[in-house]
Amino acid sequence: MDGERSTPPDQPRVGVDEWVATYEGRRERGAGPIGRLRYELERAPRPAFYLGFGVAAALLPLFTANDYIVRVGFDTLVYMLLALGLNIVVGYAGLLDLGYVAFYGFGAYAYAMLSSSKFGLHWDSLLVIPVAVVATAILGFLVALPSRRLIGDYLAIVTLFFGQFFVTVVQNGNRISVLGLTRGYDVTGGPNGIPDVDNYDLGGLRISSVRGYYYTALIIFLVVLFAVYLVDQSRTGRAWKSLREDPLAAELMGMPVNWLKLIAFAGGAAIAGLAGTIFAALNTNVFAANFDVPTLIIIYAMLILGGAGSLGGVIIGALVVNVSLELLRTPDHATWIFFALILAALVAKVRPWHWLAIVVGGTIAFGFAVHAIASSAWPRGVEGEQIIGGSPGRVMDSWVLHPSDPRVIGNYAFVALVFAVLLLTMLRGWKLWLALIPTLYLTAFVWDTRLVVEPSVTRLILIGVILIVLMNARPQGLLGTSRVEIV
Amino acid sequence: MNWNLFVTELVSGITHGSVYALIALGYSMVYGILKLLNFAHGDIYMVGAFIGYGLIVVFGGPEALTVSVVLLLFLMFLCAMLGGGLLGVMIERFAYRRLRNAPRIAPLITALGVSFFLENAAQLVLGAQQQSYNSFSWKNSPIALNGFTLPADARVSYAQVIVVIGTIVLMVLLTWFVQRTQTGKAMRATSFDREAASMMGIDVDRVIVVTFFVGSALAGAAGVFNCIAYQQVWPYMGFQAGLFAFTAAVVGGIGSLPGAVLGGLLIGLAESFATGYISSTFQQAIVFAILIAVMLVRPSGLLGRADVKKV
Repeated sequence: MDGERSTPPDQPRVGVDEWVATYEGRRERGAGPIGRLRYELERAPRPAFYLGFGVAAALLPLFTANDYIVRVGFDTLVYMLLALGLNIVVGYAGLLDLGYVAFYGFGAYAYAMLSSSKFGLHWDSLLVIPVAVVATAILGFLVALPSRRLIGDYLAIVTLFFGQFFVTVVQNGNRISVLGLTRGYDVTGGPNGIPDVDNYDLGGLRISSVRGYYYTALIIFLVVLFAVYLVDQSRTGRAWKSLREDPLAAELMGMPVNWLKLIAFAGGAAIAGLAGTIFAALNTNVFAANFDVPTLIIIYAMLILGGAGSLGGVIIGALVVNVSLELLRTPDHATWIFFALILAALVAKVRPWHWLAIVVGGTIAFGFAVHAIASSAWPRGVEGEQIIGGSPGRVMDSWVLHPSDPRVIGNYAFVALVFAVLLLTMLRGWKLWLALIPTLYLTAFVWDTRLVVEPSVTRLILIGVILIVLMNARPQGLLGTSRVEIV
Repeated sequence: MNWNLFVTELVSGITHGSVYALIALGYSMVYGILKLLNFAHGDIYMVGAFIGYGLIVVFGGPEALTVSVVLLLFLMFLCAMLGGGLLGVMIERFAYRRLRNAPRIAPLITALGVSFFLENAAQLVLGAQQQSYNSFSWKNSPIALNGFTLPADARVSYAQVIVVIGTIVLMVLLTWFVQRTQTGKAMRATSFDREAASMMGIDVDRVIVVTFFVGSALAGAAGVFNCIAYQQVWPYMGFQAGLFAFTAAVVGGIGSLPGAVLGGLLIGLAESFATGYISSTFQQAIVFAILIAVMLVRPSGLLGRADVKKV
């Protein structure tokens, strides 16, 4: 194999495509230093990248005194851990697990019950963590059991239902009785959750600061990442991927398909349970609302954005999604990011260059023109309040309309924007670029009047859009390899 | 035995079941043709309900209607079915069409994204709070209370009668459409074998659009039934209803239209009796248990045909 790899790729061979070229290390080297760098990066062993990430992440708390930033870093690491577990189920084995977030919740509740004053149990964390992880893995195994013989769609229903069931049980878990016959027992604390959960206590080492948890999460993540990498390279990892590509062929090759599905499920659940324990330990409380559908969709968006099946993609996806969701919380930052993203998308997509200039310049001119017309013909359209402060706010104030009742008009504009964007997808060439100008202005208007005002809903809307757009435009995500279809 | 409770829960279960059956029909039709679980279907039901509620508000609000109730109901059904149907067609055109030959998991995740987008967009535009209007009236008294008495002193409201009769009418129309018209025949052929159907000259794209339109229109009608019978609308109502209707479609045998109706009634009755005899927190557990039991004993559903896989 090594001898073959060193032969220079002289000309395309019949039957050798991009994927095979990558796999066999036959990718052509680009010219110049950039080409050489890319070539070397692609040949570098993956664990080197993970180590690089680990070092960079370990340095982060040293550069900031702000605990909030470290806290966001911790949340991102927990999301990375969750996306890593989901990657095993969805990315490797190709099973759609819509109850995944329930395993996360189960791990968190298991930790909370065994180390809090709820039942007076304060077990050692070194004991609680393995117990919670193993219990979650067993739960995942049991959930997958009834649907193991069935196609993926049934699994999706059962797991989605299971996730909802979990939330309902936990919400009403403060008066659980056996079939309504006995008196109600308080198991989960119901809507009040479980308060005063103990911190991690690793053999006498008590972790109570945000920074401590950051490093704990980082170490756990790197260990799990390396373990998943090894599994990925192993017989089981290859079997999972063949199962994902073609279950029938995998079965005919003699692979234990059912068993593979079950261990993928249990493995993913175990990682989610582990993430749950550290989440509960840092927050020192657990609530059912943390483990509902929005969290699930956010984890999916991370996995899909990075590229299902790619470990580096998990890191990048979780980083991008969580950091941008966090930035959305403050309107000023959010506005900068939003317009920078739109500009980046324009630069990346609008060709040839003169059209880019026309679109950007046209949008700016269009805005000032609309604003000038509106201020003379429809004064109510500009007398509203400017919500975004700072310098972007001052620029926006003379560009975007601010109606006196932004809520109603903004809602109509939002619906109009959805239709306008759908229309854009049907246009091509110069019509598309011309239609882009009013649509961009409409986007800025909707952003300013409605989206920035309600960041919590906007986050979720954007997550939904990410899923739809990515699946249609680039299903393999940022780092995933595209599927090779051999007919 | 308390017959009053029994009959009351029976009637309420049939009402619930009718709504679930209508939603489940759409799931089943789309699944039959595209083999796609359209998670956004429950949210089309939500949009239909909001269209119905919006019309009530437009015509003077629930307490002081400016048009006759019969005309209003007619308009509600017309607008909700058209609106739901067009929304379904749009979702198919813009979100699913490109993914028709993609790996199975891609359209499922897209459907999840569409559902999530619709729910939160509705929350942004319409507000998160529940809109209740118990005073929606029929002949000067609330439609959900005014009615007649069955044996064992159980009350049946006009609202429940409208829902059940309306569902039966829609189902008869659907059966006629699928069994007797040429488009219905094309739908059945496409669902049986898409490739072969297209080779026989059936315009598969058109059949898929029609299927989405009809299925989504039924969900829109179910939304109006919700407006009449329960008088509550809120942006997340589609999720739980969709999940239960989904279960109904699976229990009845996904892809089978009579199965969807049977499953819907079964789930509706189970939910009602669970609420009446045990506690409303158990309805979800009972429905989940039914789902698991059916999947273990008869994975193809009560009326579904076992899938023979040809290679």
